[in-house]
Amino acid sequence: MAHITLKDVSKTYSGSAHSAVSGVDIAIQDGEFIVLVGPSGCGKSTLLRMVAGLEAISGGQVHIGDRLVNDLDPAERDIAMVFQNYALYPHMTVRDNMAYGLKNRGASRQELAQRVQEAATLLELGPYLDRKPRALSGGQRQRVAMGRAIVRQPAAFLFDEPLSNLDAKLRVTMRMEIRKLQKRLGTTALYVTHDQLEAMTLADRLVVLNGGQIEQIGAPLEVYRTPASTFVASFIGAPAMSLLDAHVESGRLVLAGHQVARVHAGDGPLTLGLRAEDLRIAPQGLPMDVEFIEELGAQRVVYGLVDGQRLAVVETGAKSISQRVHIAIDPQRLHLFDTVSGRRRDIVVEQQIPSHAHL
Amino acid sequence: MTDALTTNGAPKTMRDRLRLWWRAEPAHPMKRAQFNAPLAPWLFVLPQIAVVVVFFYWPAIQAVTSSFYIEDPFGFGATFVGLENYKTALDSTQYASTAAFTAFFCVVVTTLALGFGLLLAVKADKVIRGAHSYKTLLIAVYAIAPPVAGLIGMMFFDMHIGPFTEIAAWFGYELKVGVNYWDTVVALVTIAVWKQIPYNFIFFLSGMQSIPASVREAALIDARSGWRRFCDVTLPLLAPTAFFLLIINITYTMFDTFPIIDVIVKDKPANNPMTLVYKVYLDGFKGNDIGGSSAQSVILMIVVAVLTVVQFRFLERRVHYG
Repeated sequence: MAHITLKDVSKTYSGSAHSAVSGVDIAIQDGEFIVLVGPSGCGKSTLLRMVAGLEAISGGQVHIGDRLVNDLDPAERDIAMVFQNYALYPHMTVRDNMAYGLKNRGASRQELAQRVQEAATLLELGPYLDRKPRALSGGQRQRVAMGRAIVRQPAAFLFDEPLSNLDAKLRVTMRMEIRKLQKRLGTTALYVTHDQLEAMTLADRLVVLNGGQIEQIGAPLEVYRTPASTFVASFIGAPAMSLLDAHVESGRLVLAGHQVARVHAGDGPLTLGLRAEDLRIAPQGLPMDVEFIEELGAQRVVYGLVDGQRLAVVETGAKSISQRVHIAIDPQRLHLFDTVSGRRRDIVVEQQIPSHAHL
Repeated sequence: MTDALTTNGAPKTMRDRLRLWWRAEPAHPMKRAQFNAPLAPWLFVLPQIAVVVVFFYWPAIQAVTSSFYIEDPFGFGATFVGLENYKTALDSTQYASTAAFTAFFCVVVTTLALGFGLLLAVKADKVIRGAHSYKTLLIAVYAIAPPVAGLIGMMFFDMHIGPFTEIAAWFGYELKVGVNYWDTVVALVTIAVWKQIPYNFIFFLSGMQSIPASVREAALIDARSGWRRFCDVTLPLLAPTAFFLLIINITYTMFDTFPIIDVIVKDKPANNPMTLVYKVYLDGFKGNDIGGSSAQSVILMIVVAVLTVVQFRFLERRVHYG
């Protein structure tokens, strides 16, 4: 159990001009579940591996607990890691796999047996303790990898996309198990994933990374409701937030010739973000040409074009939808971003006006 | 098709693979091919069978038959003597000492060649910059043919111009390869090991590189000491490679060192060390004792067969195939 502090951490590979990770500051509380999320190549795994000690830290400081760990070996950092492909020792039994790390730290035979037994009970691995990893299924191997981490009772768990190799159903089950386990043990966890759904469901706080830099840190709902940039807006949430070019004309937000809302902002272009569930199909409003419909069962996502720009709308009805529909927009649920920098702009949206009002 | 010998249709161990082969079942069910003409498969394997028959079975049968005869040195006839040749060979003290030396030579060369090969592979695996040139340099030796290796070695150990002889002289020792028994042993072992290291190196290195990076990283987190990680994780995962190399190295020292020994020992006057294979050649072709040398080669064949069976039975059980 420990807090983890990253101060201005950066990584530059030798022979490469630009850095893979730069200026990362994260303060992780004791017992917190932090998820690093971002597209592939955003530096999230590199960051995790720097905390683990598998990758040298080019700049900045990493503290685990009160210790500066920059120059410590991975084995001395008091962390346990769960790898994407499990990384079990193929020649050892499940029992030996779980006990190995603890054995090397001089635990007594009795303590070893007890801790392995506890972890096995917790993970329902009891019947498999004497098997080799190759005689286990993917989900069971994943559990062994978890067990190996638990047995050590480390200061922090590091997860490197641990569920990517599992099938969709198992992934959901294991996701819940990991969450429950972490809450029960109260161990600080740092979890890397490219799956935004996994990130949303697991995290106490999300860290959204893009191009080696932090885009936003926050609780999942906070990130979802107030994305700090167009990147976060389009990355978190499914279907992705629709981003459309709009502009302000003497205090009015105009999209495709329609006045969407009255805003307190100077004239000029803006990027308008709209969540699919904040929109609905109405008798009147913004005209949209329907392109295709995704049936999800409980709801369906209608994709269409508004003046040539892609827009997604969630709809729960079962009626057939005509080629051309009208969309009602709630002015209180608009997201406005700077067109150039993509950063969120906190603009006061004033009053509701009928969206069908023509200019 | 999945039975006790296979998991998911793939054979579990080398032994099971051999058993499947013996039962004439395909090692993997997916690899079974169908032929309509019954003769076609035989036609395809005919060249291979011909080669094996002409160059292996026929000479082997010849050796076994002639081992029961004493042949006239001038080739005018042969007399059946039963097991006389075997008795003579096994009773001879010279044969016993050659056998002892062969065993010793096997153990020392195999141990050293495997040890150095592994050491270099472990070190080369850690090199990142210039790794390619290191590997090429280490592997290059393998391209040298054994007789050439013997010649190069002999130049190194030559009594008049050899640098090793000079180095020994600095330490006040007179190295007399080809004259002094143990000096010759040292030269033979050095050259034989030197020749075999690259081969072991290649296999160990590729074995090391086939260990998943994440498994090594997991070990890095689990164990602080590099030596522990090597013993507990790297070495067991290299065991299949090591087992394969052990058999290859023993075969190498018993048979393929022939040209090296020939170059070093040939035309040297003294009682020099030699392996059983070289003695077979010496007795048969230099001593014209075809019967005796045949008997010796049959004994050698039996020894190798027994050795291989023992290796597979007892050693392979400890080997983990990933």
